[in-house]
Amino acid sequence: MSATKNNEPDTTKNRTTIEPKSEREIVVTRTFNAPARIVFQAWTTPELFRRWWVPKSMPMALLSYEADIRTGGGYRLVFDAGGTNTMAFFGKYIEVTPHSRIVWTNDESGEDGAITTVTLEEKSDKTLLVLHELYRSKEARDAALGSGAYDGMGETFDQLDEVLVTLGA
Amino acid sequence: MVQRLDTRLDASFAALSDATRRGVLEQLGRADASITELAERFHMTLTGMKKHVGVLERAGLVATEKVGRVRTCKLGPSRLELETAWIEGYRQLWASRFDELDKVIEELKRKEKIDERNKK
Repeated sequence: MSATKNNEPDTTKNRTTIEPKSEREIVVTRTFNAPARIVFQAWTTPELFRRWWVPKSMPMALLSYEADIRTGGGYRLVFDAGGTNTMAFFGKYIEVTPHSRIVWTNDESGEDGAITTVTLEEKSDKTLLVLHELYRSKEARDAALGSGAYDGMGETFDQLDEVLVTLGA
Repeated sequence: MVQRLDTRLDASFAALSDATRRGVLEQLGRADASITELAERFHMTLTGMKKHVGVLERAGLVATEKVGRVRTCKLGPSRLELETAWIEGYRQLWASRFDELDKVIEELKRKEKIDERNKK
């Protein structure tokens, strides 16, 4: 949970840090070795987004992803949840400002969904990404944190379901 | 100190890697319960539940106390550790996402360089 190192050479992976800022918030930070417009492009181009959003350690296939990435637009991610079950994550974009800010709602769990804000801050060819999740209650935040505690190996789909349900898209 | 914390975190993390054990913690967060009650709630044998509670107890996440013939379970002393382990799991998800995003970004940067060269 230390500060992100910005002086690492390009060949080293930048570190992802997490900070539970308040009882209802989580802040994730990560530096990318690219200008903000490239990070923004990778985030907002659906065929590129599909390639990184679901880590390989998560044996969960993304079946479809539709997104109208602009203020007022919506998104919908559908995952294969095992057998014939699918699981959908959806919400609206509250704000989309090119190369600097994306804010969206996570509506799959109803009114209690978190609001996610991503900001991109460019500094000498690097971009600091700050992802801020604001939950409606401490309980909702703790549930999201708790369900993230999986080791990515030998997990059943049930456990992964939990991870995805509460993490939101 | 760091290493001791790491070892303890490993135990917490391993304890939390199971959906039933996470369920037990959630349950105990609401109210203390006996092993029998937990076994019933999670549709499990007493022996199975004892094993899960044992793992949680060794990680310090659950404390048990035997009164008469009933063993009562409650949340253990390491609430902070529980939170830290949860946060670490969450961090790993984002870290693996962002490591993949790095690859996409490198590709875009290469493509941009080629496009620029072609323009000249």
